[in-house]
Amino acid sequence: MLSGWSILLTSLAYLCLLFAIAYYVDKRADAGRSVIANPYIYALSIAVYCTSWTFYGSVGRAASSGIDFLPIYLGPTLTFVVWWFVLRKIIRISKAHRITSIADFISSRYGKSTQLGVLVTVIAVVGIMPYISLQLKAVSTSFNVLLQYPEVITPHPSGRVPVLQDTAFLVALVMAAFAILFGTRHIDASEHHEGMVAAIAFESLVKLIAFLAVGLFVTFGLYDGFADLFATARATPEVASLLTLSGASYGQWMTLTLLSMAAIVCLPRQFQVTVVENVNEAHLEKAVWLFPLYLLIINIFVLPIALGGRLAFPGGGVDADTFVLTLPMFDQQEFLALFAFIGGLSAATGMVIVAAIALSTMVSNDLVMPVLLRLTWLRLTERGDLTVLLLFIRRASIILILLLGYAYFHLIGESDALVTIGLVSFAAAAQFAPAIIGGIFWKAGTRRGAVTGLSLGFAVWAYTLLLPSFARSGWLPIEFIDAGPLGIGLLKPHELFGLRGMDSLSHALFWSMLVNIGGYIALSLRSHQSAIERIQAALFVDVFRQSSAQGGSRFWRGSATVADLRALIVRFVGKSTAERALGGYARARGLNLAKLRQADADLVNFAERLLAGAIGAASARVMVASVAKGEVVGIEEVMKILEETSQVIEYSHSLEQKSRELEATTAELRAANERLKELDRLKDDFLSTVSHELRTPLTSIRSFSEILFDNPDLDTEERSRFLTIIVKESERLTRLINQILDLAKMEAGRMEWELDDIDPRAVIDEALAVSSGLLAEKSVRLEVKLDGHLPRVHVDRDRLMQVIVNLLSNAVKFCHQTHGLVVVSAETRDEGLYVSVADNGPGVASENRRMIFEKFQQANEALTDRPGGSGLGLAISRQIVEYFGGRIWVESVPGHGAKFAFTIPLERAPVAQSAE
Amino acid sequence: MTHSVLVVDDEPHILHSLEFLMKHENYDVRVARDGEAALTAIEEKRPDLILLDVMMPKRDGYSVCQTIRANPEWQDIRVIMLTAKGRDIEREKGLALGADDYITKPFSTRDLLKLVRHYLEPDESPA
Repeated sequence: MLSGWSILLTSLAYLCLLFAIAYYVDKRADAGRSVIANPYIYALSIAVYCTSWTFYGSVGRAASSGIDFLPIYLGPTLTFVVWWFVLRKIIRISKAHRITSIADFISSRYGKSTQLGVLVTVIAVVGIMPYISLQLKAVSTSFNVLLQYPEVITPHPSGRVPVLQDTAFLVALVMAAFAILFGTRHIDASEHHEGMVAAIAFESLVKLIAFLAVGLFVTFGLYDGFADLFATARATPEVASLLTLSGASYGQWMTLTLLSMAAIVCLPRQFQVTVVENVNEAHLEKAVWLFPLYLLIINIFVLPIALGGRLAFPGGGVDADTFVLTLPMFDQQEFLALFAFIGGLSAATGMVIVAAIALSTMVSNDLVMPVLLRLTWLRLTERGDLTVLLLFIRRASIILILLLGYAYFHLIGESDALVTIGLVSFAAAAQFAPAIIGGIFWKAGTRRGAVTGLSLGFAVWAYTLLLPSFARSGWLPIEFIDAGPLGIGLLKPHELFGLRGMDSLSHALFWSMLVNIGGYIALSLRSHQSAIERIQAALFVDVFRQSSAQGGSRFWRGSATVADLRALIVRFVGKSTAERALGGYARARGLNLAKLRQADADLVNFAERLLAGAIGAASARVMVASVAKGEVVGIEEVMKILEETSQVIEYSHSLEQKSRELEATTAELRAANERLKELDRLKDDFLSTVSHELRTPLTSIRSFSEILFDNPDLDTEERSRFLTIIVKESERLTRLINQILDLAKMEAGRMEWELDDIDPRAVIDEALAVSSGLLAEKSVRLEVKLDGHLPRVHVDRDRLMQVIVNLLSNAVKFCHQTHGLVVVSAETRDEGLYVSVADNGPGVASENRRMIFEKFQQANEALTDRPGGSGLGLAISRQIVEYFGGRIWVESVPGHGAKFAFTIPLERAPVAQSAE
Repeated sequence: MTHSVLVVDDEPHILHSLEFLMKHENYDVRVARDGEAALTAIEEKRPDLILLDVMMPKRDGYSVCQTIRANPEWQDIRVIMLTAKGRDIEREKGLALGADDYITKPFSTRDLLKLVRHYLEPDESPA
């Protein structure tokens, strides 16, 4: 027999066990040996997402519309698997800024705005109220159902029970007590509630095991496994429909998925366990698959239990939301029923405790404290120890929040199913999403944008979801829903502005998100950020680019005395905590605070962050402002900070870039240096070669002149031989000087060219005529092969002739000593005019074929008899041909002569640069 | 006794003028037009003095001078380098490799003759 007392005692014993766990873990944490610092506990604590709504409500929904309960779990899974980087960023930011709640987060992002903190807190409290009432309803309903054991009846309270006899009210009070015990031990809200987290994780295990136990019992106890159960269901017409995807529209699936994706981040309690209570960012890596795994496991038996319930209780006499409890009762499984009840209780208390703690932090830090601090007549800023006051505010707000939850339950009563109530809360929490997501990825999002978006979204939510729930339960006339307020059809809360064809939730989400996102973006684009907003925006958006040492914002540059700051901190966090924190600060920087009179900006910022942990960012700012006499940073400082933070990307990117560039530059420099050295060497070589080439004929000239002068008695024949040498060497000298000057002019681009359309045949003929003496002298045989028609080319006539004469004299010089043969040919080719001069001399070795076109380079190593010549002829020829846009080269089989050839394009190609 | 002189230069006209000048002084003159030919000539018959051009095909004057100084029997051959590039480094290099003296092209024939006499007939007053 399950008497009321035994249920009550078991419940209390269970709650005491929870508290014992929490107490033990807290003690361990105080001793510095954290129990919860592992990803498994972290993932289990996130499973506080699964409340009694999951425990009872999913089955209820599955019993009426099949697998429609799934999107609620699909959303969070998606967020964790796909959007983990959003979570990671939020966690990183929150750690850097000692964020204590979602209200703190949003207000901090938008310039530590008190206004936003208040707004978010109000939305959260009002929005979560239905959710808490849901837990109260679930616990009290399940208690009342279990009380009927072994009868299976859903108690329908006729009329309203007096508050003091209402199970739900008692449940609310007990839960408030536990929340206070768990959650308000520390004053610093940013410190981890390790005990609470451990208790929550334990509860997550209990509810999972309880649910699995019921599921296994239904599937394998009442039936012979899944196959049997599903076969039976298929054979029963009214149940079979649950097995098809007929229920809701895809639109609703989408809505629910999106909603729950947002909820897993935006629900205050999820923010609390996922972000605030996170002890190590790395735990998220495991949680991203552990938590979805938990969701998967707890959902396996939802459908089997729903089917089992429908089959066991045909006709709908038993509330489907209670199947988890009533099915064991139906089979007289006393202990299983009690265990299921404990599981449901676990789910509910877990949610209520965490939500109450999260909301109370928000209420005290973002709602009450700012107001109290503004009421100057309270002279709060001058009071002594404020920790007691802070704790009182937190505790009072926990009680208040639970009472509000109860009030909603009491007012709305039995009119809505668990799932419906929960979704109303989800939709409220989802209103935070634009401000959060925008806030961490979009620097231009402004406070006015966030305030506008949130207010509009919240107003629409209240109008389309909250007010109708009051109407349905009779507190507002039902016409409000059916005909619109004052009969205005366009304002019907479920068909706003005539929008039909959506379920009420999708409809509400559509309108609220439209005005929320629209307002946020529009106002952000139209309004300007204040200095502090810009700093915070940069710090939030660029959180991964800041050095970890930097911590929160450096808003203060003003001064405060160390004593003032110390007193301020002591007032809010207590003496021991304050001394510990300040001591750590001093040690880390090697300071002696006792000797320091004036606090620098760093210490002021440190104090602000410390206070932010206790009373929230907005209040901390007000408090620090009361002792820090310095001004707020000016715009130029903001710019500096912005540079440091928002442009760190460029810093690190450009650092990489710069080091790459440096490497490249170094390489370039080295190459340039080598090139310079090479040029220097070349210049040196050139000068010494020129010197050598000039001195050689000069030596002969001088020697023979002096010989002639000193030996007047020389015979006539010898005289004339010496004079001939002098004349020849003088000519050689003149030619050489001209060539050097030509080359220098061409290389410097100062050559004057007289370009004209020229018949190449005439030029070749003339060149042959000029060289005929040379040819005859060496009795070289000449062959000329010119095509019948040679195209005209646009060149400088004299220069072209210079090239051909050069090649001819080279050929004569190098051709066979006794049977010399020189072949000149010209024709039209694809490249243009083609002219070649071939000899039958020793040829040019392949390694020399490029080199001989360099100045002063003669491939003369192989020649015993060094041919006369400056070594500039080919270099000059190359310059000329290239100036005409053509090219010059040599073909040779060593031992079988060489053929020098060049081409000149017919289309006047753009002048190849004349300077090398 | 007639002194023997070996003149080495690849420029035929310069060679010609040097040959004329040495003959005119009644030295026993031989000529070579590159480094290899010069060494062959030295091996054939040891000259008293060599007028050695630096820039030559096959084997340059430095290399010839080095080879001469590497042979103990040729230690007392007088070597005068003829340089045309006019850079100090070349003179120093020649002297370091064991040349007795150098003269820069274009040279005064009288200076050259004085220098040759100075090395071949040291009893007479030096230049």
